[in-house]
Amino acid sequence: MLSLALLGIVIIAIVGYVMARGRALSISGGAEAALHSRPGYHGLFTFMTVLLIGLAAYIVTNLVGTWYLGSTMRSALTGIDPTIEGLQAETILSDARNLATGGIVSATDAMREELSKVYASTNGLRIWIVAIAAIVASVLALLWALKQIASDFRARNKTETIFRTILWTTAAIAIVTTVGIFLSLIGETLNFFSGVLEWRIDKFLFGTTWSPLSGVHTGEMSADKVGAVPLFVGTLMITLIAMLVAIPVGLFAAVYLSEFATPRVRAWAKPMLEILAGIPTVVYGFFAATTVAPFMVGTGAALGLTVEAESALAAGIVMGVMIIPFISSLSDDVINAVPQSLRDGSYGLGATKAETITKVVLPAALPGIVSASLLGISRAVGETMIVVMAVGQSANLTFNPLEKVTTVTVQITMLILGDTEADTAAGPAYTLGFALFAATLALNIFALRIVRKYRQKYD
Amino acid sequence: MSDTSYDMAALSAKHSDAGAASRLKKRYWAEWRLKAYGVFAILLAAAALVILVYTIVAKTLTVTNEYYISLDVQMEASDRQMTTLTDGNPDTSVDLKGPLRDALRDAANTDLKGRKARPLYDLVSRFEGYELGGIIEANPDVLGSSYHYEALLDDSVQLYLKGDFGFLEDAGSRGNLTIKPGESDDQVILEMPTNALGQARLAMREDRSQEGRVFRRSAQDQERAFNETQALLDDATDPAEKERLQGLLDGFDAQQKDLFGRADAALNAATDQQHVFTLRGDDPSVFIRVNKGWIKITELASERMVGTIMDPLDSMDAAAEGSWKALLLETPESVRQINDRQALWLENFKREDRLVTHFNKRVLLSSDSSNAELAGIWGALIGSFWTMMVTFGLVFPIGVMASIYLEEFAPKNRVTDFIEVNINNLAAVPSIVFGLLGLTILLSGVKLFGVDLFDGLLKTIAEDPRSTPLAGGVVLALMSLPTIIIAARASIKAVPPSIRDAALGLGASKLQTSTHHVLPLAMPGILTGSIIAMAQALGETAPLIIIGMNSFIQDPPGGPLDKANVLPSLIYLWNNNSERLFDGKTAVAISVLLIFLILMNALAVVLRKRFERRW
Repeated sequence: MLSLALLGIVIIAIVGYVMARGRALSISGGAEAALHSRPGYHGLFTFMTVLLIGLAAYIVTNLVGTWYLGSTMRSALTGIDPTIEGLQAETILSDARNLATGGIVSATDAMREELSKVYASTNGLRIWIVAIAAIVASVLALLWALKQIASDFRARNKTETIFRTILWTTAAIAIVTTVGIFLSLIGETLNFFSGVLEWRIDKFLFGTTWSPLSGVHTGEMSADKVGAVPLFVGTLMITLIAMLVAIPVGLFAAVYLSEFATPRVRAWAKPMLEILAGIPTVVYGFFAATTVAPFMVGTGAALGLTVEAESALAAGIVMGVMIIPFISSLSDDVINAVPQSLRDGSYGLGATKAETITKVVLPAALPGIVSASLLGISRAVGETMIVVMAVGQSANLTFNPLEKVTTVTVQITMLILGDTEADTAAGPAYTLGFALFAATLALNIFALRIVRKYRQKYD
Repeated sequence: MSDTSYDMAALSAKHSDAGAASRLKKRYWAEWRLKAYGVFAILLAAAALVILVYTIVAKTLTVTNEYYISLDVQMEASDRQMTTLTDGNPDTSVDLKGPLRDALRDAANTDLKGRKARPLYDLVSRFEGYELGGIIEANPDVLGSSYHYEALLDDSVQLYLKGDFGFLEDAGSRGNLTIKPGESDDQVILEMPTNALGQARLAMREDRSQEGRVFRRSAQDQERAFNETQALLDDATDPAEKERLQGLLDGFDAQQKDLFGRADAALNAATDQQHVFTLRGDDPSVFIRVNKGWIKITELASERMVGTIMDPLDSMDAAAEGSWKALLLETPESVRQINDRQALWLENFKREDRLVTHFNKRVLLSSDSSNAELAGIWGALIGSFWTMMVTFGLVFPIGVMASIYLEEFAPKNRVTDFIEVNINNLAAVPSIVFGLLGLTILLSGVKLFGVDLFDGLLKTIAEDPRSTPLAGGVVLALMSLPTIIIAARASIKAVPPSIRDAALGLGASKLQTSTHHVLPLAMPGILTGSIIAMAQALGETAPLIIIGMNSFIQDPPGGPLDKANVLPSLIYLWNNNSERLFDGKTAVAISVLLIFLILMNALAVVLRKRFERRW
């Protein structure tokens, strides 16, 4: 029914296009030049008007209808039994809905049957109202648009305004997304800060015991058990290991490729690095968990060291490999952006190629390289799959890379995927998410600012 | 500096003396070193890639074949089963495990019944009975006849036959073997020459010396505890404490003595040529094939063995060299999922040519299953397809429109700047944060200070949008939007202004210029960027498992509103599974994912090469 209404709107819009075009043609009386806009634009204007107004009516009535349906159901439930609330109420309501639509229900009883009848009738009403409202609105829009048509009606300009507004809206989605991220994280974060922490944010930032769900069953969640320091230390340690791999390898590779390599070497080395960059993180995670970690354990045992299977070392090294192409391609770009005149000047003074690179090119490219490294760090901090698959889940405050650690992203994933009720687990998970978002955002802004400053220097 | 006059001769001497030569040498050596670091870095990256690809290909190859057992099944069904089978409803199925089990007992030539026969039935995959039911349903004519059927073997059997737990190897079948009855009915005593069963004895000796070393090491580790307690005892003054410590010390002492004793015994056994080994569950298994029966060895001396009859012998006649065989399975029974009895049945089946292998189509064409041998990637592949459709359908038009706006229309003002900064920052937001965004905004709704702001947006479209390709697709679209916008803007920017000027000069409006002239010329570049962004989205995992696309789903989704998995989340799911056969299947899923990624990137390269114009 509702999809029929949508189809109806589209059909009316198409009819509108044909009618408006015909009408514009007949007004012009064969002399098209008499019209301000070509007939097609009159058609398009009517088409867009009908479509937008029809869809707007559809969406608004649908939202109101859905809200009305929900509140009717809830008041019907309270009318039958005011004691039921919370999760139980949700279950009963969803059962009633499923009874009416033929879905799978957890239980059937008289109350649910009755509620399902309420649902069926209210929902039927909602669907009819939405459909009729949408069709009526589009017909009205059609009539209005047709009335506008005249030889001096600026149909093309109006159509272009509509399109330009649509274009602006799509560009603004980026802002909406950022606001959405902020909104979705801030609610639970504030909830968590005011609830469990009682605004002792320092206990979250500087506490050393992370066991956020330990008191869930007794209902005694303590602010002393949500200290995120072990997670921060674990994340930073893995990031550090990753960077110790990625920055030297990526940087030397970039220097070699941009300054020394023959075109033939570049022809296979660049795609090779691109392939490395294109491998999904879940594949790196599998590699870390099934190949690198056992290898580390074996090597450690041969050297007389105890390396745990879920050590920071294995995950860090694989993450470093993942970030190599990122660092090398960004560094490659900034090294190539160093003006040739600087190199020529250095050669003219008798410097060797290596001296030119280390004393002239790299210092000139340093801001770019620093910002590439910062972006790499932000990637490592936010990386999820490698650590979820290769490091542990229990918080362990240690600075030994051979021991088990856990990271912020692992804890978010485990809290969200765990068996604990969503409302309880959401607090610490979203708070960690917020911390992660804030940290990576700060790193990115800082890195981009460095790049911008650097660019101004040579342009 | 103008007045300084140089002594050219001295300068020239300075630049050509031995010191200068060595300085120059040093400088070139530094250059060589820098080059070497670069080459080393690239080789390191290449090595990482090669190892990664090798690991995945090697693991994929372990599951390219699957093992079946060929059986002759007497197709029979009870009346009740027949009514279900003939009701014309393809959804109801019947487990014909009875006939399957009879066929298995026939094949194994055993009259074991009930619980004792369980290990035999467990060799075959659990749902094969339903397969038989399906065959009767499709073709009732086979009822009552003897039907030749190849039944899929269980996952642990698949692993065993591939050699994951080692193979049966010759244990040294030399000389003549005499067989005498033992103390009980199923016990026999075997005699053979000294040089027979050398490999088996060697394996046992290695086992014992390893064991001895382990005992010795733990006994030595006791030393430290012993010394520390001794030190405490020396310092202690309180008599009760002293007594307690002394008790501890005695305990340690006894324990250490016991361990040393065991270590000595084990090491003795390893070196003593005449030692009589008693074979336990954590020792290698030794079997004797003689007179068409099987004997499992429980005691192994240099010229004499005691064994239990596993399959009855034809006769108790002595066997000449060549007519009997001793076999060794080095992996102890306690650490393999196939016990000795099952291993011998499988050996019999192999000798009767009952075991057949087929190319493993199942891993590609069937969907997820909790039984490792039945699981495949098809459902996740379809899930990925629908998710990508939703993502592309959203992100391509929105991305193109947004980039046209930003490149062609946007005034240079604060709002535009803010949008640009936003896009750049979004491109670097960790993917898991997009998962949290989707979880609240799209699915569960946003609450602020305990007030419901709005419910999950997708709930207006679907009753339960959790785990659907729709939700996953929207999240991935939001995630890849910045990537596409950045790529599209670059290729719109590359269209030369002369084209715009020409169109505008002929009276086209700005929108007409953009849509009729700039956009078509920029399209190849935009498409290339979009395909690369899609390839990235195809491999994305974290946001999808956050919004619930990691659940166990048995059927491929019929559309974007059905619950589904995607390939990357299936990889995550299987990697968590402890069944070892999933290891190989995970590698297959990864291979398929990588193949798709390579194809998409190749398509992008071709597009770029064929259509992209350089102005």
